[in-house]
Amino acid sequence: MAEKLISKAPEGPLAEKWTRHKANIRVVSPANKRKLDIIVVGTGLGGASAAAALGELGYNVKIFCISDSPRRAHSIAAQGGINAAKNYQNDNDSVYRLFYDTIKGGDYRAREANVYRLAEVSNLIIDQCVAQGVPFARDYGGLLDNRSFGGAQVSRTFYARGQTGQQLLLGAYAALNRQVAKGSVKSYPRHEMLDVVMIDGKARGIIARNLVTGEVERHGAHAVVIATGGYGNVHFLSTNAMNSNGSAAWQAYKRGAMFANPCFAQIHPTCIPVHGDQQSKLTLMSESLRNDGRIWVPKKKEDVEKLRKRQIKASQIPEEDRDYYLERRYPAFGNLVPRDVASRAAKERCDAGFGVNETGLAVYLDFSTAIKRLGKHVIEERYGNLFQMYEKIVDVNPYEEPMMIYPAIHYTMGGLWVDYNLMTTVSGLYAIGEANFSDHGGNRLGASALMQGLADGYFILPYTIGDYLASEIQSKKVDTNNPAFEAAEKKVTDKIAVLFAINGKQPVDYFHKKLGNIMWNEVGMARNEAGLKKAIAEIKAIRDEFWHDVFVPNTKEEFNQELEKALRVADFLELGELMATDALNRKESCGGHLREEMQTEDGEAKRDDANFMYVTAWEYAGRDKAPIMHKEPLNYEFVKVATRNYKD
Amino acid sequence: MNLTLKIWRQANAKARGAFETYNVSDISPDSSFLEMLDILNLQLVRAGKDPVVVEKGCRGPVAFDHDCREGICGMCSLYINGRAHGPDDDITTCQLHMRKFKDGDTITIEPWRSAGFPVVKDLVVDRGAYDKILQAGGFISVNTGGVPDANAIPIPKPKADESMDAAACIGCGACAATCKNGSAMLFVAARVSSLALLPQGKMEAARRAKAMVAKMDELGFGACTNTQACEAECPKGISVAHIARLNREFLSAKLKD
Repeated sequence: MAEKLISKAPEGPLAEKWTRHKANIRVVSPANKRKLDIIVVGTGLGGASAAAALGELGYNVKIFCISDSPRRAHSIAAQGGINAAKNYQNDNDSVYRLFYDTIKGGDYRAREANVYRLAEVSNLIIDQCVAQGVPFARDYGGLLDNRSFGGAQVSRTFYARGQTGQQLLLGAYAALNRQVAKGSVKSYPRHEMLDVVMIDGKARGIIARNLVTGEVERHGAHAVVIATGGYGNVHFLSTNAMNSNGSAAWQAYKRGAMFANPCFAQIHPTCIPVHGDQQSKLTLMSESLRNDGRIWVPKKKEDVEKLRKRQIKASQIPEEDRDYYLERRYPAFGNLVPRDVASRAAKERCDAGFGVNETGLAVYLDFSTAIKRLGKHVIEERYGNLFQMYEKIVDVNPYEEPMMIYPAIHYTMGGLWVDYNLMTTVSGLYAIGEANFSDHGGNRLGASALMQGLADGYFILPYTIGDYLASEIQSKKVDTNNPAFEAAEKKVTDKIAVLFAINGKQPVDYFHKKLGNIMWNEVGMARNEAGLKKAIAEIKAIRDEFWHDVFVPNTKEEFNQELEKALRVADFLELGELMATDALNRKESCGGHLREEMQTEDGEAKRDDANFMYVTAWEYAGRDKAPIMHKEPLNYEFVKVATRNYKD
Repeated sequence: MNLTLKIWRQANAKARGAFETYNVSDISPDSSFLEMLDILNLQLVRAGKDPVVVEKGCRGPVAFDHDCREGICGMCSLYINGRAHGPDDDITTCQLHMRKFKDGDTITIEPWRSAGFPVVKDLVVDRGAYDKILQAGGFISVNTGGVPDANAIPIPKPKADESMDAAACIGCGACAATCKNGSAMLFVAARVSSLALLPQGKMEAARRAKAMVAKMDELGFGACTNTQACEAECPKGISVAHIARLNREFLSAKLKD
């Protein structure tokens, strides 16, 4: 079965692969593009940029999003920045260095050819965004400014205050609006994709529910692009938006698209800690804060006690009694180690009893040194909106007292398996951005999600999709009266009917919170065999309980947010199990995936390259059947695989 | 905290709406306003299982828009005690915390009230008009690829900063909902001004202003009479000075006609 995973990564020297590939793939003439329909599901950076670029090329594009406008997609919340290998700072950055940092940051579990291409097109993205009117930060000479991010020793991150994701998304959304006005893109807001329709082994459209009227609709196309982001909300509490979900990718999985590395989820080290059980989500504090913020906990347990009882303030603890544990453990990178390393180090200190806050689950992120060195106004200019956001939530002024932070689920590196053309294992079905697995390996570096979303959407998919569509120029418009559409629609309406018919006692959130607890405790920052086995059994039990006792109020023919949640949580209850299954299989510590059995004596993650240097891709085998595991071996031709070292 | 909530309920765009009163208890002052509504909704979902409540015509949970819950997506949109995004400055509803209220308070919650934003259900409105206004011209006409190097055209830092100030708009609709004329002028101005301040956007500035204002008028938004309520309620603190820039661009377009 291994033949199903053909990466299609081109041969040849690393730096020439993409150029050669582009030269070898087919293109579609303008006259034929007009006859071809493409559906893009999701309108974040990946989806919006892809839809805009495909519309510009002359394809007929339909875009679907669950919000009231494409601009609400959660890319908008990305704060810190976007990486590119411009080397504007003259600090010896290059395409190769960005590629190498990304491969290393990903703990050697990403495909070399894809990552190099990502680094290669990164510079085009910055040019494109500036041309669209994205107001990136500039220096007094009028040129673009950069900041540093974790896992890199150069300054290559472009930013627009603390709202970079917002500005890039508004750029892509504007390009999209231009195409909507021209008629090449048709927008379907408040629509949720509930299934992929397959005809003769090819993706030929989707079934979508109009979230306002409840109507279930059929939409046909010659290719379908999934750009619906990640599945971090399986943990209930995450930094994802409340409506972010894994359902579109999950339907694709159930239609034959393999799901790769589901256990690779990123725990972001700097989030506002949990305040109590009424909490609905976690708020991220940008990684960019680690440019100037220093992370510490008290050295003395008695100080910890006093802080927890609010008898003293953090600012009263003298310098010599503070443990700047990242600077101590990782002198070369200090506070700018990658996210997985920083998260584990925070957990280690909290587990050892040095955590602050009443819960003992928080560490400090302190700006006092930077404020002394640069002045308050500089810090305000760099991070003003983030400081304001923190103060509104926590009611503490971070200019005076250090922020309290703790790790939280933030991003999922795993996703639909795609080849070099970004096509899933289903013909004509593509996955881009966070929805695919391709570029970040076991851990994503900060400011690289925006880069990947826009790289896929603007500069990769518009080329590679042509190679497939060139064989479709003779295909007629997809007929949505085809029995495959009828069957898919019936499957969706039946599922909805069952959800109402259960008429149980518990609201959807009851199940989601229960699932989230298990996921955080057993499939979170540290995992072990016993815990994962327990998680799998418990998730099955909750799933069973859900399908017997969930209560969905009101009707299906109306705007019904409980029904929307029920459909998404039903999928999370399956996806969570696959994450645990994948984590159980991967008996190594790698990137965001830490197996407690696999650590060095000084508590660093221990990778097992001899046995696990591969991408795991899971194939759906049917309801209540164990999924089938496939492996894509990773061959490192160009970089020397080494243990990640951020110490010296 | 224990609170009384007066909430606007409306089954759909065509139905008549009315206020209904609910009580919530044991709300933590550290919870956000939307977390408080989550708790109410859990209560209302559970009440839907109570035959007595069902008999009385239970409406189920309250529909309200929300997504990122960190003040950036622009999805949340509540009128709380007569103010867009509630009783705190420079924030969205999702950033409002219960510590801004007192135990025993009665809180009135309504959807945006504006001709341009018809109610979809309860507290949810249709802001599709904002998409349409931007589709009329809120972009720079460049295709993907073939653009100059990002540093080819230097932009003075003050201009770039001012452009960013305007670009901070999250499209939530608070400006139009607050305006006594139901004008979307601040929203339109923010986009026009943000792009007009940059050399890349300057070229089409006049055309853009004209097209966007025309679309705004067509969609039933009112005229600006300079009361500046929009600026006061904008969660991102966008200045009415951008409206002056919009007017300049608009006039120059009209003069050329």
